[in-house]
Amino acid sequence: MEFETVIGLEVHVELNTDTKIFCGCKTSFGNPPNTHVCPVCTGQPGSLPVLNERAVNMAVKAALALHCQINQDCKFDRKNYFYPDLPKGYQISQYDQPIGEHGYLEIDHNGERKRIGIARLHLEEDAGKSQHAADGSHTLVDYNRTGVPLMEIVSEPDIRTPEEARLYLEGIREIMQYCDVSDCRMEEGSLRCDANISLRPVGQQEFGQKTELKNINSFRFVQRGLEYEEQRQREVLAAGGTVRQETRRFDELSQTTLSMRSKEEAHDYRYFPEPDLVRLHIDDAWLAQIRATVPELPMEKRDRYIRQYQLPAYDAGVLTSDLAIGEYFEATVAAGAEPKAASNWVMGDLLGYLNGRGEVLADSRVTPGQLADLIAMIAEGTLSIKQAKDVFKIMCETGRDAKTVVQEEGMEQISDMAALVPLVDEVLAKNSKSVQDFLSGKEKALGALIGQVMKATKGQANPGVVNQILRDRLSALRVEE
Amino acid sequence: MKEFPTIKQMLTSMAAGETQPSDWTRQSLTNIQKIDGKIGAFLRVNEEQALIHARQLDEMAVRWRKNLVSPSDSTRDLFGIPYALKDNMCTKGVGTTAASRILENYIPPYSATVAEKLTQANGVMVGKTNLDEFAMGSSTENSAFQKTHNPHHLNRVPGGSSGGSAAAVAAGMVPFALGSDTGGSIRQPAAFCGVIGVKPTYGRVSRFGLIAFASSLDQIGPIARTVEDVALVLRQISGHDPLDSTSAPASTEDFTRSLTGEVKELRIGVVRDMNAEGVNDQVKAAIDKAISVLSDAGAQVVEVTLPHSAYAVASYYLVAPAEASSNLARYDGVRYGRRVEGETLLEMYEKTRSEGFGLEVKRRIIIGTYALSSGYYDAYYKRAQQMRTLIRQDFDDAFQKCDVIAMPTAPSPAFAFGEKSADPLQMYLEDIFTIPANLAGLPGISLPCGVSDEGLPIGLQLLGKAFDESTVLRAAYGYEQLRGFVMPFPHGLEG
Ligand SMILES: [Zn+2]
Repeated sequence: MEFETVIGLEVHVELNTDTKIFCGCKTSFGNPPNTHVCPVCTGQPGSLPVLNERAVNMAVKAALALHCQINQDCKFDRKNYFYPDLPKGYQISQYDQPIGEHGYLEIDHNGERKRIGIARLHLEEDAGKSQHAADGSHTLVDYNRTGVPLMEIVSEPDIRTPEEARLYLEGIREIMQYCDVSDCRMEEGSLRCDANISLRPVGQQEFGQKTELKNINSFRFVQRGLEYEEQRQREVLAAGGTVRQETRRFDELSQTTLSMRSKEEAHDYRYFPEPDLVRLHIDDAWLAQIRATVPELPMEKRDRYIRQYQLPAYDAGVLTSDLAIGEYFEATVAAGAEPKAASNWVMGDLLGYLNGRGEVLADSRVTPGQLADLIAMIAEGTLSIKQAKDVFKIMCETGRDAKTVVQEEGMEQISDMAALVPLVDEVLAKNSKSVQDFLSGKEKALGALIGQVMKATKGQANPGVVNQILRDRLSALRVEE
Repeated sequence: MKEFPTIKQMLTSMAAGETQPSDWTRQSLTNIQKIDGKIGAFLRVNEEQALIHARQLDEMAVRWRKNLVSPSDSTRDLFGIPYALKDNMCTKGVGTTAASRILENYIPPYSATVAEKLTQANGVMVGKTNLDEFAMGSSTENSAFQKTHNPHHLNRVPGGSSGGSAAAVAAGMVPFALGSDTGGSIRQPAAFCGVIGVKPTYGRVSRFGLIAFASSLDQIGPIARTVEDVALVLRQISGHDPLDSTSAPASTEDFTRSLTGEVKELRIGVVRDMNAEGVNDQVKAAIDKAISVLSDAGAQVVEVTLPHSAYAVASYYLVAPAEASSNLARYDGVRYGRRVEGETLLEMYEKTRSEGFGLEVKRRIIIGTYALSSGYYDAYYKRAQQMRTLIRQDFDDAFQKCDVIAMPTAPSPAFAFGEKSADPLQMYLEDIFTIPANLAGLPGISLPCGVSDEGLPIGLQLLGKAFDESTVLRAAYGYEQLRGFVMPFPHGLEG
């Protein structure tokens, strides 16, 4: 029997506000435990939350970028449950009126564009972190993360393959980074992902029994974990078995998924409207203000690069994968570089150099203007491609511009006839064998002669000009014969 | 034992150099020492700190007297006046228990906004007063620590939940105190103890630092012995607080300006359909008398109806416990307060909360948890909230016809210990006249309007439109001037 896979993702994204969602504590990551806490985020008796307007701005911006409808009049609710990392015994979240709903995100897969629905996007507070002693004797809790603003983004069950799931998650990260609302670092937990996966016979409408996959901590593992789980479920079903509803986790070591717990006893969170906060009303002017800050989205930019710069889809994809790379590329073009050449240099030499050193674009010492100048020098014939690559390396290391490097290193290409003619004549005089070979019809001998001239100039001679002079001289010799 | 004069009189005396702040603080501490053994109003007396603070003010007073007394300078309205706080208001470095075992040794790392404001006004906090645990109750019998006795009759309850604050003021231990009112917890003890208590409009006074019972109903207010005194204190504690999202944008007002003594054009609403079965005859008579005093002075008495008020108690006992069940979840033994160790996390939670909470608190947590449970939410919590809207609408309609509404504060004068505590429903009905104002978020005041045959005070309640405390206070002050009797000071408390 043929099966169809159905996947839905629930993604948590930490917003990169300076302060927490309901108090003034800093949100910075990696500090000593319980150093960024106050009466509010530790749930002291009598403390009250005050909504951070910036968190609202960011959530709305993200929701707009995901094409969501914005609920301009919405509210917060309490989700009640007991856990030591939850100081108030409830999480302030949004239940039936999320800030954004009915959006979508597009992915490009196998040359086709696919739309994945976003059911809802809501705002809530993060919980703290528990550290259990190895011997089980006690647990320590760090409340630094408590109250960091969090968005929960829930997809529709529109994802059909594990690869699509990875592309969707990467799409979310790109958009969040484009909107500058989150750094989306899975390893630091600023982006977290849970996945639901089920299989059903092709053509069947209702969903099969699903499992929930938790503890996915890298983009690769989203795909791997789901691939494993897809295969596992297929085998269970093919053998006539039934999939158990359970929560499983991806185990990096074995690259498999392991059962964490079977369907948890139905949890009643007793949601009710948070009485300590007033309703959140985002009026038209405020919404317009936020809308104006939504940047061109990655997918739009990709399409524009193909259209406007005639770049191959691959180039457009790489250049738009990161906001900074696209900006760098466009600045280089704006400084006069030919787009495809700029694309090659940015994707190849620039990113290659930076990646090799574990650096990012912001670390680059070469400015887009400097790169454009270098590309111009190639176009003018001042530098050969090979020379330019050497020059570029020095530029990367020193931050000096191309002209300065060429001058200081004496790397300028020699295209001056008057300088090259005597050199050519000297080479011709010293290599009569090659000259004879050429005159007797061995075209290949020309290459050897060019090589000699290049050698004599330490590679600085313009090969095109040398070629021209040699041909002139040699045809003159042929006539003499 | 020396009685306190009014706040204005104390200020005048200090301005004249006849007394200084530490005299009043010492008087308060002396009175507490002499009589609180019989009353039990205080859970904690801050003797040492209060005296240090008062002496600092003595030095300031010397400089202050040299300048003109500026009526617009609010930092002088309560200068050197001792006061008490109900022990559900956080005070930095000073233990705050909400009268619960679970917070027995809790010392807040911050102060409630009201405490900050009173400190800025240069008042002197002398101690923290008893209450029903987490403010849940109408007699202060639910305190985990002690009983508070009604100063007018030691075998009677002082009312609740702000019973400690009302008793402390009534017995002359402090000139004023703050209470909190969720369903009548300021007004009813004020009535039982023969003092004046104001429950401000919801949002008028910041709740930041008030240990929450029911967030959408709780409101802090003053208790004192004259209308002028409560007006002065209310001015100090009111105003928008950026730390409380539900605090209204309205700034504070000088409420003393409305104390004109004039009631002529006032329209007093009397509710004919709010049924008075179960209301004590003497209470009925005292209220009727009070209304005729106002009407004789030229106030216009009009009949109004509050048809949904019959459902107020039922709605309240869904909304308040529901919010409480969530508000009290934080007392889990993890971060602060009492912890009872267990073999597992769950066992720690269970033991901590079983031993830490009293019976009434547990009862309300269970009711509230049930009311919010999936499948019951719509039938209980949601309907109760809908009822609130209807009750608010009733008041809106009534206030088309009148400026204030007059009714009893409580159905009877102070009852005896144990008289109602065995039957929660009986106790819940104590709040029948006070609850509607909390559900509708409206301001109300209770002030003495008579004394029963047994010498127990009877309270008149006046309710007003949202943010119209001025009119409520004006009516109350007018009545206070007209009523022609003086609330007798409780006697026989010394020795
Ligand atoms: Zn904080």
